[in-house]
Amino acid sequence: MAFISSGYNPDKPMENRITDIGPKNFEDFYPPVIKNNKAKWLYHEILKPGVLVHVSETGDEVYTVRAGGARLMTVDLIREICDVADKHCSGYFRFTTRNNIEFMVDKKDKVEPLIKDLESRKFPGGSYKFPVGGTGAGITNIVHTQGWIHCHTPATDASGPVKAAMDVLFDDFKDMRLPAHLRVSLACCLNMCGAVHCSDIAILGYHRKPPMVDHAYVDSMCEIPLAIAACPTAAIKPKKIEIDGQQKNSVEVNNSRCMFCGNCYTMCPALPLSDKEGDGIVIMAGGKVSNRISNPKFSKVVVAFLPNEAPRWPSTTAVIKKMVDVYAKDARKYERLGEWAERIGWERFFEKCELEFSHHLIDDFRDPAYYTWRQTTNFKF
Amino acid sequence: MAKHKTPLLDQLVSGPWPSFVDDMKQYAAARAKNEKKIEYQIPVDVVDDLMGLLELSYADGTTHWKHGGIVGVFGYGGGVIGRYCDQPETFPGVAHFHTMRVAQPAGKFYKSEYVRKLCDLWEFRGSGLTNMHGSTGDIIFLGTQTPQLEEIFYELTHTMGQDLGGSGSNLRTPSDCIGQARCEFACYDTQDLCHTLTNDYQDELHRPAFPYKFKFKFDGCPNCCVASIARADISFIGTWKDDIRIDQEAVAGYVSGKFKPNAGAHAGRDWGPFDIVKEVIDLCPTECMKYENGKLAINNKECTRCMHCINVMPRALRPGKETGLSILVGAKAPILDGAQMGSLLVPFVEVNKEDGYQAIKDVIEAIWDWWMEEGKNRERLGELMKRQGFQKLLEVTGIKPVPQHVKEPRHNPYIFWKEDEVEGGWERDVTEYRKHHQR
Ligand code: SF4
Ligand code: SF4
Ligand code: SF4
Ligand code: SF4
Repeated sequence: MAFISSGYNPDKPMENRITDIGPKNFEDFYPPVIKNNKAKWLYHEILKPGVLVHVSETGDEVYTVRAGGARLMTVDLIREICDVADKHCSGYFRFTTRNNIEFMVDKKDKVEPLIKDLESRKFPGGSYKFPVGGTGAGITNIVHTQGWIHCHTPATDASGPVKAAMDVLFDDFKDMRLPAHLRVSLACCLNMCGAVHCSDIAILGYHRKPPMVDHAYVDSMCEIPLAIAACPTAAIKPKKIEIDGQQKNSVEVNNSRCMFCGNCYTMCPALPLSDKEGDGIVIMAGGKVSNRISNPKFSKVVVAFLPNEAPRWPSTTAVIKKMVDVYAKDARKYERLGEWAERIGWERFFEKCELEFSHHLIDDFRDPAYYTWRQTTNFKF
Repeated sequence: MAKHKTPLLDQLVSGPWPSFVDDMKQYAAARAKNEKKIEYQIPVDVVDDLMGLLELSYADGTTHWKHGGIVGVFGYGGGVIGRYCDQPETFPGVAHFHTMRVAQPAGKFYKSEYVRKLCDLWEFRGSGLTNMHGSTGDIIFLGTQTPQLEEIFYELTHTMGQDLGGSGSNLRTPSDCIGQARCEFACYDTQDLCHTLTNDYQDELHRPAFPYKFKFKFDGCPNCCVASIARADISFIGTWKDDIRIDQEAVAGYVSGKFKPNAGAHAGRDWGPFDIVKEVIDLCPTECMKYENGKLAINNKECTRCMHCINVMPRALRPGKETGLSILVGAKAPILDGAQMGSLLVPFVEVNKEDGYQAIKDVIEAIWDWWMEEGKNRERLGELMKRQGFQKLLEVTGIKPVPQHVKEPRHNPYIFWKEDEVEGGWERDVTEYRKHHQR
């Protein structure tokens, strides 16, 4: 493995340096039918799950076939996407915000061969490479974060629970039987580097044990004042300790004030907090981002903790499946999961979804907590 | 033969949804075979070792990644995230495993020719693993070693005309919905605004000078497909001022059952025949619609542009023609003090390509001046707004307060009057006062 230079000269980093050129121009990547009809689209229709047609005032049509994808992808799989695009779409394709892959063609008769090609491609273990679906009143791909594959603070994995959940929800990816669309998201710690706090259903990794203090290393590995300042609940204090007769600067954690956010660990590697028993999953529900009918809403915590059950997280997927099925049966047409829960009342939501209510689900975190308590005699038995 | 046994991960090979495990297994085997005779610049077994490490996490329920060290490319403060594993002896291939964020094109449109070049580069100089895409929007190159960072950056900029994205206390790579490229609801050109601002603010994106991260997201209409309202420090959401355009003939088409409601989104179940009163008129949140004698009428003055009726009958209803966008600010995920939704700051601004979007940039830059001056370390804009107040935000942006800014007026009269707002000021003579008021 000999080092091969690109032409970059480490002794003269500024030589021929190109910076600040930004992303590629989107116009270079528009398929002709998009370029010709931009801002001229009149209406669209979902012809069947995963297939859309958009009709332009010029009379042109674009047919889109949407396929799910794991956002963690190898270059070989991406090349296969390119192969499909070359074969059917003159090389053009795009991704959606929710990690779906979209293939666009300009004639109806190109749709079926494209679908057939996509659905025929499978991994050796039998899973689809490009399942077609994810449109309309169904469940589309789960947006998610890194998890154990690449981050230092996760309380759960990301790609694994997503694969397990999508396997369980697959029928609803391929169908449009729900009252409205239902968005599932996952973040593997409460930093939520991918936001999940406004999803119909959110899967959130959560730690439950305060950080351990690696006293001998705190001073050498960390800027102690930064670690202290990073704590949102002021749970960390400086502390002098003695190790092998030597005075050392360290910190002390007031465990009862800790809300397990891991911020201190991000600032100071000598405060690790991950733990097999302590870490697991919080389920939130009822959020949305669209302004349709009702205002955007935050998701609410409906299950305070489920253990990490690698590799398939059966308790987590069972709760999600149950909520989806009850919602599908009970909600009115166009009603999002959160709108349904608010209409029937959260007390009814817990009953219908067979979820246990516990003290953990009553907000006690600062000011906003008060606004979530019931301040009326209007409740249901 | 795989390098490490992965019995737990192997259970994720089955089931219909695309298996990232199977993808990685195939790719690890292909790297080992190396039929293309690539002179891999990082360990050939990097993917094997990554799977071994992930298997270990599946067994012991914890991550094995350490903090990012400070690595990057010369002159940039973002775009690379350092990553090291805590079991380098067992998994040397991923001992160093840094991420690079590659700025995605607006709308995430691609052409294969270009994407293949990206793949070749990343296979040659990195792990060959990606995220398409990261949560913020970038293409994520997952895992390479320090000496490759400058080489990759050089190739990206010199042969591909491609830059890195943002990370750290910078402007993060902005992202947008598909907008006018393919969506009839879009009220402005999300791609052009996203691309223009991304390029105009390259310095803010690459060189950290902010208190914390800062996100722009662009939604073409209030349906908010990129979730700007929930996660962007500044959300740009398309809207209109005039009347919803109605095609009465198409309305009749929906009523008669000729057209499927909601563009066929509910076709998976028999919901019975379409009932325009029940499904549109009665669900309109402002009760501003009427259906009488086969004609649909909208009292547009009362409409809040929630998109419901337009979503249900896209052939019959279209947003108005006097389009622009609303600017909402301060959205963020819960950490630290709870989640915040974007708050409306500019109810309507024209989207003017010709003058380089100056009116929009004026708002952005006024906000940045304030936040850079007043924001504490790791304080998002939404938190500064909470700490100093919405009134302060209006003051620094020079925007006139209007009832649209609030859901309801304040619940308490504890107004911090300023001295110059009170007639005669606050300086008074107590002796003069005592002349009329005994002690
Ligand atoms: S959500 Fe937290 S643990 Fe997961 S990738 Fe983001 S920062 Fe890391
Ligand atoms: S985990 Fe969070 S709350 Fe707990 S000590 Fe660390 S910073 Fe404070
Ligand atoms: S946000 Fe509106 S304009 Fe953008 S893609 Fe969604 S529906 Fe279309
Ligand atoms: S957009 Fe919403 S508020 Fe306006 S008329 Fe339609 S349903 Fe009513």
